[in-house]
Amino acid sequence: MTSRRMAGWQGEPVRFRFDGRDYEGVRGDTLASALLANGVRTVAASPALGRPRGIYAAWTEEPNALVRYGVEPMAQATTLDLTEGLDATSLRGRGRLSEEPDTSRYDAVHAHCDVLVVGAGPAGLAAAAAAAGTGARVIIADDRPVAGGSLPDTAETVGGVPGDEWAATTLAELGGRPDVRVLSRTSVFGYYDDNYLVAVERRGADAYSRERVWRIRARQVVLATGAHERPIAFAGNDRPGVMLAGSARAYANRHGVLPGARAVVFTTNDSAYAAARDLAAAGVEIAAIVDTRDTAGHAQDGTEVLTGHVVTAVGGDEGVSSVTVSGAGHVDREIEADLLLVSGGWNPLVHLFSQAGGELRHDDATGSFVPGPVRQAVEVAGAARGVFTLAGCLEDGAAAGARAAEAAGFRMGDAFRIPETPAEEPAEPAAHLWLVEAADYATHFVDLQRDVTVADVMKATGAGLRSVEHVKRYTTAGTAHDQGKLSGVLTSAVVGHALGLPLADLGTTTFRAPYVPVGFSTLAGRDRGALHDPVRTTSLHEWHVAYGAPFENVGQWKRPWYYPRAGEDMEAAVLRECHAVRTSVGAMDASTLGKIDVQGPDAAEFLDRLYTNMMSTLKVGAIRYGVMCRPDGMVFDDGTVIRLADDRFLVTTTTGNAAAVLDWMEEWLQTEWPHLRVYCTSVTEHWATVALAGPGSRDVLAGLAPGLAVDAASFPFMTWRDTEVAGLAARVCRISFSGELAYEINVNAWDGLALWEAVMGTGTVTPYGTETMHVLRAEKGYPIVGQDTDGTVTPADLGMDWVVSKKKPDFIGKRSFARADTSRPDRKHLVGLLPADPGRLLPEGAHLVETGTLPEPPVPTLGHVTSSYRSAVLGSTFALALVSGGRDRMGEELYVPLGDELVPVTVTSHILYDPEGARRDG
Amino acid sequence: MLLIPCPWCGPRDEAEFHYGGQAHVAYPENPAALSDEEWARYLFFRDNPEGRFAERWNHTAGCRRWFNAVRNTATNEIEAREVIA
Ligand SMILES: [Zn+2]
Repeated sequence: MTSRRMAGWQGEPVRFRFDGRDYEGVRGDTLASALLANGVRTVAASPALGRPRGIYAAWTEEPNALVRYGVEPMAQATTLDLTEGLDATSLRGRGRLSEEPDTSRYDAVHAHCDVLVVGAGPAGLAAAAAAAGTGARVIIADDRPVAGGSLPDTAETVGGVPGDEWAATTLAELGGRPDVRVLSRTSVFGYYDDNYLVAVERRGADAYSRERVWRIRARQVVLATGAHERPIAFAGNDRPGVMLAGSARAYANRHGVLPGARAVVFTTNDSAYAAARDLAAAGVEIAAIVDTRDTAGHAQDGTEVLTGHVVTAVGGDEGVSSVTVSGAGHVDREIEADLLLVSGGWNPLVHLFSQAGGELRHDDATGSFVPGPVRQAVEVAGAARGVFTLAGCLEDGAAAGARAAEAAGFRMGDAFRIPETPAEEPAEPAAHLWLVEAADYATHFVDLQRDVTVADVMKATGAGLRSVEHVKRYTTAGTAHDQGKLSGVLTSAVVGHALGLPLADLGTTTFRAPYVPVGFSTLAGRDRGALHDPVRTTSLHEWHVAYGAPFENVGQWKRPWYYPRAGEDMEAAVLRECHAVRTSVGAMDASTLGKIDVQGPDAAEFLDRLYTNMMSTLKVGAIRYGVMCRPDGMVFDDGTVIRLADDRFLVTTTTGNAAAVLDWMEEWLQTEWPHLRVYCTSVTEHWATVALAGPGSRDVLAGLAPGLAVDAASFPFMTWRDTEVAGLAARVCRISFSGELAYEINVNAWDGLALWEAVMGTGTVTPYGTETMHVLRAEKGYPIVGQDTDGTVTPADLGMDWVVSKKKPDFIGKRSFARADTSRPDRKHLVGLLPADPGRLLPEGAHLVETGTLPEPPVPTLGHVTSSYRSAVLGSTFALALVSGGRDRMGEELYVPLGDELVPVTVTSHILYDPEGARRDG
Repeated sequence: MLLIPCPWCGPRDEAEFHYGGQAHVAYPENPAALSDEEWARYLFFRDNPEGRFAERWNHTAGCRRWFNAVRNTATNEIEAREVIA
């Protein structure tokens, strides 16, 4: 294969593979430049139409040359550094994730600065230098591996030296200043409120972390993001060999690569003439410049210029072999060429500005959209606001940098001296041509990556769509990697053409982050696996692990689920544990229950307002169960309240709701009742709690706490005692969540394991997990907030009228119990369900219907199953459910549709076991 | 990511705060005296203006204090804030 590298181009050789073939490029190449240097023209097949596609651009705007390598599913060959041994495959069709896990490390950095400059081209470097000269803290971020923006592409000189040299020197000087941070290979991809910008730094496979996300809060921002060359929609504009003119110039000047041998240049403006000159100097034969204008630009002597002409056809199915040009009053000509360079002018790169909330304004000179008013503290400089001369960009950048520093409070400083640049030829005004008109638009592409043509856009407008936002969604133009880089303004212009509306009236679609694709792994950083969310374990955790308990996640807590013995599955283990508690004694780690210490002179008054029942009448030494509602009357949390002193209570909450309850208390105290003298402190982790439950629990406790009078008269239900248990200072509460005689023993968390081992050391206690706890409480009809309730359930719906005080003048939720809605007879009540087949376990979440055959849809549903278990003591499966008018349906048969089956169930009370409460005293 | 001026801690990232909805919606003096409609208005009705909006914030991951702020919902600019005494 012929080398298309310019003669004499120096570079360390780099070997790589592409689609299974071996090639050689040079250090400094991108994969795209190396492929072009090896004469590879077709690098992809388009996803929808399967058309061959070539390299079209030279940086992040590339639509075609997508490749897979390593764990990267869809990388752009134009931005991919060529490294030794790189093995890439072209993306044919859709992207797909690597099967290999990504083992790279990703990090995040938070940074603050006075001035953030985005872009290290002429304008950005001048801005950063001007700002840094005032002493401002500056961050300059640039997405390229080398500084200079377009300078290495255009090979212009600055200050008498080649532009890329000037840029490298200037950036190195900036980097040497103590208050300047230079971020190379760093794409700023999002601009959010209050000058918060997010960037991704690509450090490479050899770095400690492959990529880092930078989250930067900047006092002032200078956007010097440059411009994108515009494509033109014409027949066959997707053929391999069609390339943006500026990109071809970049391959020649930056990489010493000739993207073809003989080129036709199709342009609306002067910039393509400079590209033609550079390519001719590099060795590309320029067959003709096809200029849509009537006046030619400054072509090199001997170059044929066809003014008033357009390209109407491209020959060659696998790649450009000829170009047909037409002009009014001229005979069509077919020109032999293997390269067709296109320039429709330049679009200022306004993505970040637009994300910042900036308004865009249509500019007649550029034929595009430029920054307008903006409320955030941001300056736009250089080509990003339509300044297209080198001298203009340097001046504009320096002024923007100085203004930004001044706005950030910095005044005096070393003035930045704007370097000399060669005189530039005055430009002929550009024409604004978007579309070469034709009878058939089936191969006039507006978005190459999405295979969207002018015909597709016209189909959208023909279907009545008027907004460019709607057309974008109908056609998908401007989605994926593109994000409007090449197709955005072009799509708007084609919509305008179809509807006969000016581009200025149509505007652009909204620009959204991310500007370039960013991996989820990068955004996740270290927040994955075990570090994704804190894991909370109790002081007994190691014992549970040692005894083989699987764990259930409850909020952030790991709770032991059940303790299987050899040969037992979950069902067998849970039935055994339940049987042990009902007939003997079991113990559970209850340390995760939320605990809040509430104290202060007004603590009792505060709890009266918060709970539906009365707490101020609770005696010191006693315990009361309570329910909290939202003002709308719906249950928010439940738990026990124990009174430690006149002015001090300990409140328990459900495990998953502890933080929310503390928030709730603080909110009311701060915002509604600041006059109440109450202080709330989370003490969840101060205590380890062991629940001892079952008819044998009194004997076990008596053995462990010889100093405690445990008989029912001395230690009645719903009281607590401070004592010693197993020689440890303990608070024992006589409460029950199983209906059995039960105690909760609380000790200092440090002593938790010692207490548990002492309990287990008695040899008579069966450890049980959360599943058994759930079964036992459900047999007694005790609801779990968040499982049997969902924020639409009142205490009355749960059959707990008794917990709602009739005496208190007010409490949170009280007024709502007098609303018509909360007394509707068809409200969903908590009821029990017994399947006709006692072996049938209903799935939680299953719906209930009234009839044994399904009527025509829509089928009215009466409610759903909230909890469902197998019960050892009932000898049957059972469920709790929220059922419309459930309490008036006792004994009714209802049906649970499961697949094609309607499973019959009988409605019962939600209290299925020991309804008279005979077992709580043992 | 808004930069929210906590009256106690100064400007901090939005991620440290919990949003509390419209400010100055006081819990009624005597809920029992309200009609169903008046009570429903307290429970369910909130303003949703484009422009200046007084709202509540809680610096949950900081000082945990509630405060009020006037935010322009069209621009996200926070124009004023007040301590809840
Ligand atoms: Zn604060």
